[in-house]
Amino acid sequence: MRTAIVERPIDSCALLEEVAQHRNGATVLFVGTVRDINDGSAVSALDYTAYSAMAERELEVIVSEAAERWQTPDIVVEHRIGSLELGDASVAIAAAAPHRGEAFEACRYVIEELKKRLPIWKREHYVDGSAEWIQAGAERLEPGGEVRQ
Amino acid sequence: MTVRVLLFASYADALGAAEVALDLPAGARVRDVLARVRELASGKRVPDKPMVAVNHRYAVEDQTVSASDEIAIIPPVAGG
Repeated sequence: MRTAIVERPIDSCALLEEVAQHRNGATVLFVGTVRDINDGSAVSALDYTAYSAMAERELEVIVSEAAERWQTPDIVVEHRIGSLELGDASVAIAAAAPHRGEAFEACRYVIEELKKRLPIWKREHYVDGSAEWIQAGAERLEPGGEVRQ
Repeated sequence: MTVRVLLFASYADALGAAEVALDLPAGARVRDVLARVRELASGKRVPDKPMVAVNHRYAVEDQTVSASDEIAIIPPVAGG
């Protein structure tokens, strides 16, 4: 297991090598990238900011949960912050397990949970010169509601 | 006691600060911190029940806080 919040490009192939073990028959790689259109607006670039100390801790908690639930220690996640351009990877998750079911589910769990729980925010810059904080988590996480210990 | 409250992203922009210091009575709870933040200039742009973290963990409204705690108001997250 390894998690990191990084300020450099993500090398997703390196993550695959990191989880490679002879005990694993399945490896799933998820890569999230900066998309050109969001909610109908043409995006030119993105800035990600984090509450770094908490984000690092929360990411470790999420990956530990997945490792325990699907019984595999071979999960590696990197989330990038800073200024990203179209097509850049903002997040990569490699999950490996003896069988594909566990690898897919562990990978899916990590991306879904980090989108709900990781204190990271993104500001989108649009082709028309405007910029806006994205409130993507608003509909998923009721403010003041669900608390995970 | 004086508590430090960290603000991020849209909330930091709204209040024009990444951090505020608030005077609160001993035994104050998360909800008291929020009420005080909302009394600041532009504080109403923070919703009345946002996510809050105390010492890097999500906290409930009636959790008590102390001067040594790191309190953060967490806008809707958008990682991934």
